[in-house]
Amino acid sequence: MEFESGNSQLLSKIATSDQHGENSPYFDGWKAYDNDPFHPTQNPRGVIQMGLAENQLSLDLIEEWIKKNPRASICNGEGLHAFKNIVLFQDYHGLPQFRNGVAKFMAKARGGRVSFDPDRIVMAGGATGANEMLMFCLADPGDGFLVPSPYYPAFNRDLRWRTGVQLLPVMCQSSNNFQITKQALEEAYQNAQKANIKVKGVILANPSNPLGTTLDRTTLRSLVTFINDKQIHLVCDEIYAATVFGGPSFISISEIIEEMESINRDLIHIVYSLSKDMGLPGLRVGIMYSYNNTVVNCGRKMSSFGLVSSQTQHLLASMLSDQEFTDKFVLENCTRLANRHEMFTQGLEEMGIRCLKSNAGLFCWMDLRHLLKEPTFESEMSLWRVIISDVKLNVSPGSSFHCCEPGWFRVCFANMDDETVKVALGRIRMFVGQRKDVEVQVKKSWHRNLRLSFSSLIYDETMASSPRIMSPHSPLVRATT
Amino acid sequence: MKMEVKNGDSQLLSKLATNNEHGENSPYFDGWKAYENNPFHPTKNPNGVIQMGLAENQLSLDLIEEWIKKNPRASICSPEGVNAFKDIAIFQDYHGLPEFRNAVANFMGKSRRGKVSFDPERIVMAGGATGANELLMFCLADPGDAFLIPTPYYPAFHRDLRWRTRVQLLPVVCESSNNFQITKKALEEAYENAQKANIKVKGLIITNPSNPLGTTMDRATLRTLVTFINDKQIHLVCDEIYAATVHSLDFVSISEVVQEMEDYCNRSLIHVVYSLSKDMGLPGFRVGIVYSYNDIVVNIGRKMSSFGLVSSQTQHLLASMLSDEEFVNEFLSESTKRLASRRGSFTKGLEQVGIRCLESNGGLFCWMDLRKLLKKPTFEDEMGLWSVIINDVKLNVSPGSSFHCHEPGWFRVCFANMDDETMVVALRRIRNFVEKGEDAEVITVKKQNKACQKTLSLSTSQICDENVTMTLSYSSPRVISPHSPIPHSPMVRART
Repeated sequence: MEFESGNSQLLSKIATSDQHGENSPYFDGWKAYDNDPFHPTQNPRGVIQMGLAENQLSLDLIEEWIKKNPRASICNGEGLHAFKNIVLFQDYHGLPQFRNGVAKFMAKARGGRVSFDPDRIVMAGGATGANEMLMFCLADPGDGFLVPSPYYPAFNRDLRWRTGVQLLPVMCQSSNNFQITKQALEEAYQNAQKANIKVKGVILANPSNPLGTTLDRTTLRSLVTFINDKQIHLVCDEIYAATVFGGPSFISISEIIEEMESINRDLIHIVYSLSKDMGLPGLRVGIMYSYNNTVVNCGRKMSSFGLVSSQTQHLLASMLSDQEFTDKFVLENCTRLANRHEMFTQGLEEMGIRCLKSNAGLFCWMDLRHLLKEPTFESEMSLWRVIISDVKLNVSPGSSFHCCEPGWFRVCFANMDDETVKVALGRIRMFVGQRKDVEVQVKKSWHRNLRLSFSSLIYDETMASSPRIMSPHSPLVRATT
Repeated sequence: MKMEVKNGDSQLLSKLATNNEHGENSPYFDGWKAYENNPFHPTKNPNGVIQMGLAENQLSLDLIEEWIKKNPRASICSPEGVNAFKDIAIFQDYHGLPEFRNAVANFMGKSRRGKVSFDPERIVMAGGATGANELLMFCLADPGDAFLIPTPYYPAFHRDLRWRTRVQLLPVVCESSNNFQITKKALEEAYENAQKANIKVKGLIITNPSNPLGTTMDRATLRTLVTFINDKQIHLVCDEIYAATVHSLDFVSISEVVQEMEDYCNRSLIHVVYSLSKDMGLPGFRVGIVYSYNDIVVNIGRKMSSFGLVSSQTQHLLASMLSDEEFVNEFLSESTKRLASRRGSFTKGLEQVGIRCLESNGGLFCWMDLRKLLKKPTFEDEMGLWSVIINDVKLNVSPGSSFHCHEPGWFRVCFANMDDETMVVALRRIRNFVEKGEDAEVITVKKQNKACQKTLSLSTSQICDENVTMTLSYSSPRVISPHSPIPHSPMVRART
């Protein structure tokens, strides 16, 4: 007897809507990569993964530390004595040493300019879980949060899916390097009011994903004034804090509120994680840090749904309280990121490709507007398909980040070794070179209907018909053991 | 940090943040406080409160420790295992490590008589069983929809199933007269009541083996349940997190029944929740599993699992451990043996002082019948007795009302989170309490016979004298559930 498993009456609305975002037309790059992953020797013509914001540059430092510190593991001879207590430990306050370690590391990533109270640290299932948890605490279904665009695509799932909260974009434009303006904020807020949507707060990532820029003091103060005036929340996702590799130095919201007077601190919340700064996404270390006591209290109860494994807490408690190690790590990590960033952006510049000037993150915001046939999103998608299928780089089109201007692409550079970067640059160079040749030819044969044999060089708009596309943190990422 | 919900909060924060639906402000938190303030220690604090409100399995951790010593490669931190560090540290695929899923599927099959096998592709991770239960509700029900749930049940279901999902729980009352078994009649009644109240019932959720009863359902009952939900085309969620606390030959899993009934049952309605917190005693690892026979639920659940994936470090360790066939067989055999032995010793000790427990073969606790110690069969008396047990007998046990039991006088007592010596101490205290109670009763009867007009004032507070009971129930300022609705009490800290 056949029964349907897909009856929409049978399941919840959440289960049958598409709000998780994975059926959106942005999943092709992942498929292309999965079907044909690059390997320097085994598959040198495969697709290079440049759509995943991972930090693989400094894992050797962590490995080295682990080798020298066997007690940090409950599985090693020396650490085994802690085994029983750790495996039984399920207190949602978290191991005190873990919270202390995280608080110290957070301070370190902010140059020691602020300190964090371990009692305000609440665990969550990765930054993914932390962001969702905050929405559950701050907003009711139907309420809205303003979010400057371009923004991290998975916010659509993390902030909205199960919470029922709406995201209202605050448009940022290339004309001022995508900075958030007071005008744009006010406009977005007013639009919400007109549409009868209750705005509960503003959420943003600083450093920004996908821009790789950090907010300056003026903008931060402006934001705080804005939310304080309206008595709405400010959620700062600072998960890239320790990836700031160049000037201007990072200014955390935690510093700003120390400087400003008459701010209602109950409105300020930080999301943190070790997935980007330390390159440990598998360990699912999400942190919610709130200046609001009720939110800390409520969040802590909610953290039961996504606590950090006590085995992992134990390991990190040890690692993050080793000040010598964390000092060295933060410094070395930034140096390596700076070098990689320079290598990549310089390589691109040499071929006439500009990136938005950035000082942080694991990616560049690449300006390919000049390669678009027309300044439309259809053209952007076409170009993207060419980059995936022919140049064989999985990059992320700006539209997936809800950018309001076509032609921008996010390219990740920290999840590969130097050689692979060179291969990627080589391919881009070839692509751009061929394209220039084509342009010349097109100009020469202006009056003829030219049919070129290089099908890959034509930005055929019919190619923008890809059925499935995937979010930058693809569910399909598998360990390449 | 003392947290008070301020006046302004209700405007500023969400309804979820300012309602009490997480359940922790309910008047059941005293036992935890008592324990926290005065925790028993065999040498350092032999008169302290013994923790018997926490369903933990500490009896077989030595077996796991031993395995770990012999298998250093299972850790990404050991010299032998550190070569896997990088790949594991960056692994965040919500499908989970294939070897982890395979190993969990294997373990699940083994703990269920080997009569069913589990498909690793249907295994979805969650943040502990806590996360798994909530995830299923998000997939199966809309806000305002309801799930039927047999009483007595695990208190934290209020938070896990209802809080952020806004799903309702409708109790299906079970009675001691038939050993709290679920009857078709009770199910139908609960369902009809929901219909009348215009509440949409999306399914039935059961825990098998039961918490707090410790009993397992027989095949006939399970078939009845499957028939019931299939008739109505509603879901059946089976929380089987205590599966391997029963000897595997005695446990009939829903998956076995589904297999038998597959020709006339819609499998898409069947979902299993699993975890390693109870069966293996590893609650800190947060290994929650959703196993659904519904493809869409697997698919959607997997996307939702992003909110509570199992740490890849932990996945890696367990993948290794649970794919060791020899270890798994030995562990399951030895663990269930030790639990049975502990259960036997404890219930025997209780029987010797005239305290009956519901006959059970699973779980990490007994369902103790103290009805005869109640002066009146009321919940006030139950709370009074409970206060006495905490404050005077100094055992943190959990009153039946915290499990929404319909009849007063039942208490859940956990026995697997302590060593033999502590259990002996606990039994001795209970014996003393009961014996003093008997003496006092005798005195009461004699004195009442002698002088009916005198108000009896007894020197020992252990007597369930009405005056004493009333005094006790009003004297405790803050109450925390002895079986905290939060199974991992905020009060429990690692004692390193």
